[in-house]
Amino acid sequence: MSVALVIGRRLLAIAVIMIVVSFLVFAILFATPGSPEQLLLGAGPTTPEALAAVRAKYHLDEPLFTQYLYWLGDAVRLDFGESIQTSQPVVSVLGERLPITLFLAGYATVIALLVGIPSGLLAGLRNGTAGDRLVTFVTTLGISAPSFAIGILLLYVFGITLGWFPIFGAGEGFADRLLHLTLPAVALSATVLAIIARQTRAAALTVESQDYMTFARARGLPRRLLFGRYALRNSSLPVVTSSGLVLASFLTGAVLVEQVFAIPGLGSLTVAAVTNKDVPVVQAVALLAALVVLVLNLLADLAYTVLDPRVRKVVFPQ
Amino acid sequence: MSEQVNPVLLRTGGPRLGVAVPVCAVLAAVIAVAAVAGRWLAPHDPGVQDLLNASTGPSATHWLGTDDFGRDVLSRVLDGAGSSLLGPVVAALGATLLGLLLGLMAGFLGGAFEAVIMRGVDLLYALPALLVLIVLVGMFGGGYWAAVGILIVLSTPGSTRIIRSAVLGQRTLPYVEAAHTVGLPRHRIMIVHVAPNVLPTVVATLLLDFVAALVALSALSFLGLGLPPGSTNWGRMLAENRTLLELNPWAAIAPALLIMIAAMSVTIIGDWLHGRLERGRLDHD
Repeated sequence: MSVALVIGRRLLAIAVIMIVVSFLVFAILFATPGSPEQLLLGAGPTTPEALAAVRAKYHLDEPLFTQYLYWLGDAVRLDFGESIQTSQPVVSVLGERLPITLFLAGYATVIALLVGIPSGLLAGLRNGTAGDRLVTFVTTLGISAPSFAIGILLLYVFGITLGWFPIFGAGEGFADRLLHLTLPAVALSATVLAIIARQTRAAALTVESQDYMTFARARGLPRRLLFGRYALRNSSLPVVTSSGLVLASFLTGAVLVEQVFAIPGLGSLTVAAVTNKDVPVVQAVALLAALVVLVLNLLADLAYTVLDPRVRKVVFPQ
Repeated sequence: MSEQVNPVLLRTGGPRLGVAVPVCAVLAAVIAVAAVAGRWLAPHDPGVQDLLNASTGPSATHWLGTDDFGRDVLSRVLDGAGSSLLGPVVAALGATLLGLLLGLMAGFLGGAFEAVIMRGVDLLYALPALLVLIVLVGMFGGGYWAAVGILIVLSTPGSTRIIRSAVLGQRTLPYVEAAHTVGLPRHRIMIVHVAPNVLPTVVATLLLDFVAALVALSALSFLGLGLPPGSTNWGRMLAENRTLLELNPWAAIAPALLIMIAAMSVTIIGDWLHGRLERGRLDHD
């Protein structure tokens, strides 16, 4: 089977799931307590004319399935209607918020990889030492503690007491943004970092006892090559497999961390939209979240085949 | 998600944390006592306001200072222990019991049971649980106990997966075959013989589910969903006192630390218990 065919089938599966998800997301409007036209008009006094206008605009007099098709047709063209709170088009609201959250998630990924993999490798290859115990202790904390609690502590220690970092907002320009988002990124990465370190440690323990490691040692290969190529590459496999699920957890994490640090990203938009029952925004955010989860999982599976020739042979037999 | 704890981590866990286990046991016991008797241990009335002494730091009368309404932080933290932990306990019990039932049926009975249960599990497992919880509770309301109910549904797939794989490991063991040979009915073998043998996994799942539920429900109240303002739930306190970090940091840090300590100590105890029970069971064989 060719590479294109395998990817094509996965993309098709994603499309099918997205259609199911889109229907559920559309249903949010009707499942939310209160009549649809009232929800779409928002709070405040209404006139019969305004109600009629909303009914016409959102095709509320058509059968449910027809309404869904109208909505889907607009959604495919990236038109999710207007935010009830701000009356801005939902897409431009998302466009404003998305870069900030992407920056935050990217930053957190870099931290998680740069700290998680080396510390896991170190703990696994130096099994049982004080360093190993330290890594295990810190990762247990990272896995169990919620990001918003870690965020508050970071905010207090490094933001308020030491004053090294700004305590709210997202900053302007690259350097300023990097400074503003450092503490949030650390808080967001904590869980993922801990999971990566744990998995790398477990993988390194397995790799360490393999014959090829003993043989590489016996041949007198430099440590750099031993750790860097043999151990690192083989230990990275389980990390990559779960990376889709793990990175998807940033979605949820961002909601909480952005709230702690008052960052105007997608997460705080979600909270505001849910709290104010801003249905069009909630629908768009939910669709986006589903798409991100599905695409991340596909990318993780593809990365897996790139890293491991053995998997490549199973997935793409010649 | 943070917030989705991966239970498989228990088995790939670190070296045994010697001293950490008794320390965590003591911490967990203290928090449990606070949860049960907190409202009677509180030195002040958690709801009484004293606007003249608002946002003060720790003092002899107020050990953790006061919040912006002059309410005693220590009393509020103690009062909130029960409500902060009861929900997670109920959610964990619910998810683990359902997981045990479904896991046993899928793993031991197999066939159509397995096909139906596991498809449903796979479907739900792929959802970002906390995000779904936030949207459902935020949009449709229903309050705290509705959130606990939704959380049970969302955490059951994880428990079912783990318990099913433990049951699959038991299914081919000699004692099960022997029971079949003797002619015991299938449901009896499943409940009386297999279930006790997956107990270590069930206990570990219960504790992990508790930690995940504590994190999820605190997160929900941190976002102001599910509970009314002014509630002493730790997540809610943390959010409401965030602005006091410069005046009386303890008002926000105390609930944050308590959530972290509760989550971490239960995780470590779960890890340790799982190891012990697993070893005990192996010695027995």
